[in-house]
Amino acid sequence: MSLLRPVHLWLAGVKRLAAVPPSPTRATCLRRLATGLFLLSLSGPGLACRPQPAAPGQAAPASVQTIENKGSDTLVNLALAWAEAYIAEQPEVRISVTGGGTGTGIAAMINGTVDIANASRAMKDEEITAAEANGIIPKEFVVAGDAIAVVVHPSNPVNQLTLGQISDIYTGEITNWREVGGADRPIVLLSRESNSGTYVYFLENVIRQGDADSSLLFSPDTLLMPSSEGISAEVRQNPNAIGYDGLGYVTPDQKMLAVAPDAAGPYVLPSVETVKDGSYPISRALYMYTAGEPAGDIRAYLDWILGPGQALVPELGFVPLY
Amino acid sequence: MPNTRPRNRWSEFALEALIRVLGFSSIGFVLLIFLFLLREGVPLFFEVPLDQLFGVGWYPTFNLFGMLPLILGSVLITLTAIVIAVPLGVATAVFVREAAPGWAREILKPTIEVLAGIPSVVLGFFGMTVVAPLVRETLGVPTGLTAFAGALILAYMALPTIISVAEDALDAVPKSYRDAGLAMGATHWQTIWRVVVPAARSGIVVAVMLGMGRAIGETMAVMMITGNAARMPLSLDSLFRPARTMTATIAAEMGEVAQGSVHYHALFGIGIILFMLTFTINLAAASTIFKKRRRGGLR
Repeated sequence: MSLLRPVHLWLAGVKRLAAVPPSPTRATCLRRLATGLFLLSLSGPGLACRPQPAAPGQAAPASVQTIENKGSDTLVNLALAWAEAYIAEQPEVRISVTGGGTGTGIAAMINGTVDIANASRAMKDEEITAAEANGIIPKEFVVAGDAIAVVVHPSNPVNQLTLGQISDIYTGEITNWREVGGADRPIVLLSRESNSGTYVYFLENVIRQGDADSSLLFSPDTLLMPSSEGISAEVRQNPNAIGYDGLGYVTPDQKMLAVAPDAAGPYVLPSVETVKDGSYPISRALYMYTAGEPAGDIRAYLDWILGPGQALVPELGFVPLY
Repeated sequence: MPNTRPRNRWSEFALEALIRVLGFSSIGFVLLIFLFLLREGVPLFFEVPLDQLFGVGWYPTFNLFGMLPLILGSVLITLTAIVIAVPLGVATAVFVREAAPGWAREILKPTIEVLAGIPSVVLGFFGMTVVAPLVRETLGVPTGLTAFAGALILAYMALPTIISVAEDALDAVPKSYRDAGLAMGATHWQTIWRVVVPAARSGIVVAVMLGMGRAIGETMAVMMITGNAARMPLSLDSLFRPARTMTATIAAEMGEVAQGSVHYHALFGIGIILFMLTFTINLAAASTIFKKRRRGGLR
């Protein structure tokens, strides 16, 4: 899609890489506004900032392989952090990381334009069928865990909700904070756009509470915000608002709610610990997909992600595998 | 004085041909764009039953493609923006052309034209962080991300167009009209309101139509401040509730849609409807001007 053609930024050298934003909020804006693609390269320190494989005179590796990595916006910051850390250890490898959404990444993997697709949901059956029609058997890797936090304005007296209450709020059954123990204020519903993986996950697991036969939908009054930043901007300034987003994207000026599976519940606040021990009810796995069994550099990279790479996961607000 | 030397005749012929080709090619490009739009969008009308297409639920993820909330959302926001912008714009144009002293006009005209150059994403950000909270606090509505906030920003964006075209229309009214008005004993104000503005009416209509075209096609700012909720704007308070426009829907969803899917065709289908709407507006503008001319009015 020409609308989303990424701006190419060529970065070389560790010091330059340090300028890549580490904080999720800044990265969100950057991701949306400026660029989807960072090509990270470390081959040859002192090399000019140009896409040359190696400096003249230096013994260039026979094949400098670029690992193309594309997909979920939820995963993009984590994937970038992994790529930066990995090429610091393995200078002969190049990794390019692009966002664009889970669907985009999987489609690109099926078409053979990327090596690794990032996904915030498991592949759908029709996507697997499409891949098989293309002669590709996708291989799934669970690379991290993520929790979806429900957020409100810091001044909101409500501290906790059950999944059922959240479902009723988002379907428009409950329209006033009074009904869930808050002030007498209308509820303003905020959601990500319908093409976001987070939207689908929230609908299936919170609004429909995992019931495959349910046909509940978001209330038509739900405000669909084009970015995480749109949600946090509105939650920050509107005491009526309720929103949801990935744990890694929640800024300190929003108040997270404790969530219980039902009224008997324990109410649990989202955090790395509560997601890991399974007590927080709205959490999910994050995936990477390769076209068939990976080999060579791609295999080595994925092994590294599932091993030492997990140390980076909590720094970005996600939940490591172990 | 006609120049008959052969070299000049040739270069003149070449230039004329070039200009003709360029002129016709611009028409050709518009036609090609329209054909592309039709090719990508028309399949929708066979894939989705018409009663569902003009239904009230827009949930593309679940194959519900009711476009009515989007069409009405666009219409509501555009009309409100025009209702705000036209009186302000025409009054400003009258002031700049007829009442302002020379030095003020020299400053005002270029300043107004600079306003037209503010990128819409900047206005959208301004709307999101300043206008929306203001709307929520002063009007006491649940959220400031409303059709009204969008209409305010759109009115602001349409103003430079309206002012500058209306000002040109006023400028084109012959001096003899003004002189005649004043000679009949009318005051300055009466001359402006009864003679000059009516004489420039068709130009002012064009200004309004151009402003409307700008407003209905605007995407980025609208996407950032109208809340994008695909609800039917039928109740009385709809103006102060969120709304979703056709343009924002295309922009927000085009990024991740699979090429050739029903959703993809639906977005182009919206494009066709948008195109027909603006086309109708332009046609209406053109016919007003044409009628006026035939009756022997000015311009």
